[in-house]
Amino acid sequence: MGASVDVRDLRVVAQSDQDEQVLVEGVSFSMRPGEVLALIGESGSGKTTTALALMGYARPGCRIAGGSIRIGEVEVTALDAAAQRRLRGRTVAYIAQSAAASFNPSRTLMDQVVEPVRIHGLMPREEAERKAVALFRELALPEPERIGARYPHQVSGGQLQRLMAAMAMMADPDVIVLDEPTTALDVTTQIEVLGAFRRVVRERQVTAVYVSHDLAVVAQMADHVLVMRHGRPREYARIEQVLEAPAEAYTRELLAAAHPAPRPSALTPEATAERALLEVRELSAGYGKVDAKGRPEQLILHDIELKLWRGQTIGVIGESGSGKSTLARCIAGLIEPCEGYVLFDNRYLARTVAERTRENLRRIQMVFQIADTALNPAQEIGEILARPLRFYFGLRGAPLRQRVAELLDLVKLPAAVAGRRPGGLSGGQKQRINLARALAAQPDLILCDEVTSALDPVVAAAILDLIAELRRELNLACLFISHDLHTVRALCDEVVVMRHGRKLAQVAREDYARGPHHPYYELLARSVPELRRGWLDEVLAQPHHAA
Amino acid sequence: MSAFLLRLVARRVGLALLSLLLVSAMVFAITAVLPGDAATEQLGQDATPEAVAALREQLGLGQSVPVRYAHWLGRLVQGDFGRSMVSDATVSELLSSRLPNSLRLAAVTAAISIPLALVLGILAAVRRGSWFDRAVSMGTVAIVSVPEFLVATIAVLVFAVHLRWLPALSYASDISSLGQMLRAFAMPVLTLCCVTVAQMLRMTRAALIDQLEAPYIEMVRLKGATGARLVLAHALPNAIGPIANAVALSMSYLLGGVIVVETIFNYPGVSKLMVDGVAQRDIPLVQACTMIFCAGYLVLVMLADLCGILANPRLRHRR
Repeated sequence: MGASVDVRDLRVVAQSDQDEQVLVEGVSFSMRPGEVLALIGESGSGKTTTALALMGYARPGCRIAGGSIRIGEVEVTALDAAAQRRLRGRTVAYIAQSAAASFNPSRTLMDQVVEPVRIHGLMPREEAERKAVALFRELALPEPERIGARYPHQVSGGQLQRLMAAMAMMADPDVIVLDEPTTALDVTTQIEVLGAFRRVVRERQVTAVYVSHDLAVVAQMADHVLVMRHGRPREYARIEQVLEAPAEAYTRELLAAAHPAPRPSALTPEATAERALLEVRELSAGYGKVDAKGRPEQLILHDIELKLWRGQTIGVIGESGSGKSTLARCIAGLIEPCEGYVLFDNRYLARTVAERTRENLRRIQMVFQIADTALNPAQEIGEILARPLRFYFGLRGAPLRQRVAELLDLVKLPAAVAGRRPGGLSGGQKQRINLARALAAQPDLILCDEVTSALDPVVAAAILDLIAELRRELNLACLFISHDLHTVRALCDEVVVMRHGRKLAQVAREDYARGPHHPYYELLARSVPELRRGWLDEVLAQPHHAA
Repeated sequence: MSAFLLRLVARRVGLALLSLLLVSAMVFAITAVLPGDAATEQLGQDATPEAVAALREQLGLGQSVPVRYAHWLGRLVQGDFGRSMVSDATVSELLSSRLPNSLRLAAVTAAISIPLALVLGILAAVRRGSWFDRAVSMGTVAIVSVPEFLVATIAVLVFAVHLRWLPALSYASDISSLGQMLRAFAMPVLTLCCVTVAQMLRMTRAALIDQLEAPYIEMVRLKGATGARLVLAHALPNAIGPIANAVALSMSYLLGGVIVVETIFNYPGVSKLMVDGVAQRDIPLVQACTMIFCAGYLVLVMLADLCGILANPRLRHRR
């Protein structure tokens, strides 16, 4: 059974040698036993910090500096270290964001799942294993009797996430904290995991705190929502009220971002009358040993056909491992295809970057997913943008500086940014720089690989607006790779659906609403969480998801 | 599991043997091009060319290098290192009188330095940033930057000359009681520990800190685990690979790199034997010593690799 949770004026600070930085301030909420509260906000809003504080825990370098946290009759902030350990894993359990990183790679799953009850000495090992197997069965894990003997790397991400739920439920906690537990999963997997979580939470009447940046997911799980921004609470209300009549402007922004509006197309009829800018013909690629026919052992791409006109944006959608990134890398010449051709502006493109002419390199630019790793942290932004300008156009001195300023203006950043390093910018700003670097080459085609996936919804929406505007101004063709159907449908003129390295379907913008399309496309479309209560129940009621 | 693991082990052993073969060729090639040979060395500078030629013939130095290598390798495989060109004994006899001494010195040093380094390294990692960690880090940097001959010389000055607690030289022959052994080993072991402990400690600390920052450690903490469980049951098993490598490197240093220490303390080990062999152009002896050091090094590194593989379930169980 759940316990009540009451948080008053929580304050968490990060401490360095000289000064304190406030991470969370003035957060208050109270939950009755069995209720589910969602903490919503962008990264850095303090939602995870707040959730971790329920266990009396603050990350290294941080501390809970004030306020009160009551779980049942216990005042968490007053506990000593030993009492905190007794609380953790037993009264309050935690389900972390990345299950893959949160399991110890060198110990078996069963070892780790039964660990909470072993640490707290609640039951002998054999009994704990029986209980774990029962939980595995309840969470619809395959081979519940045997899965415990495996190691984390031997099971899939969705299974790991459910195993973590089993681990959290082992000690029958009163409160569980779910920290973005489905963010790293594919949409179709997410539904199953969400369903499993909700069943477990409801049947046991556990009080749950669900941390997420995705309002649509939260709408399926929570009774109340606490919207946070910059470490402070913005709105605290019942979920229905937040969805239907949000009081705060920021909440409305979040809602709008969860429902991306279609961006205007830049494709003109004149453009389609010409030959396509990019043509991909029977393209295959893979890795591993190459056989006598030149085919590698493991094929990642099979016979891909694609045409892209000037000003057109094609979205490539698929789950992880579907080969969508490989397709972009083949077009960019980073991976050598084993069969097929890429035609660009009616000419065959050389297979690899090393063989391509500088002009062809310039005309096709790639924007990578994680701006953090794509930008050299030791270089100033001005230098990062100047490099392609020098390389492709030989710009020096004043014209170079002027062009850098133009590029910053193009991506709507102040010129002063040129003097800063990537570390001094926010995630959205870094992604804009990433985009500006590609635009510096004045390309005809940009390949965007999950460029909005690591961003918060509001920031991602602004990047989408920017791409939509740029493609119109610069008459750019764009291959937009994403796992998020909402985003792709909002931006792209056509959607290519990929699975297991094959192109399954191509759907034009006009036909999005008209169906039915390929069954897998329909499955993906159904799996994207919708911003209304009861969506999950409807989806789970359908035969495909009955399991 | 086992078939895959056996293949992996077999491959590592095969690679080690191949390396050893290459090493033997290189050792032989290098000793073959060294100026001066055993014949001129034995007979002295005044010898007549005829006498030198006769002795060269007798020693088989007239044959071409590849032929001599093939002969040498053939005997080596049978465990025959040849006959010393200087003393009348076989190389095996010389080695068998010295190798146990060297191994004993290495064993005592290992028995002290490995646990010491691991414990200190683990404590420093757990209490990262504390005064203890800083003291250990600064201490190890200070010690590792002092050359061992200086450590040894200072140890002799302090303990043998000033305090007169210990003998300045170590004779392994007159060890009959534990007390004598302690006295004989104290200074060489101290000197060797200074170098090896620092290396292993720093690697242990770094490898463990790397693991302690991983998200799964936070997860274990949030299950209510104690600090000891966190480190010993979770972080340490994942750090075994790099730690084993650091230990192997330090131990291989004990096999071959103790020349300075053995020389200063006049300790009758293999390194000392090799130094004497070089001085006297006793090529078979030098070759044998080099091969032993290389083999020891390869065995240690291979063991460390296998430790790393066995500790990593991703390598142990392929999906």
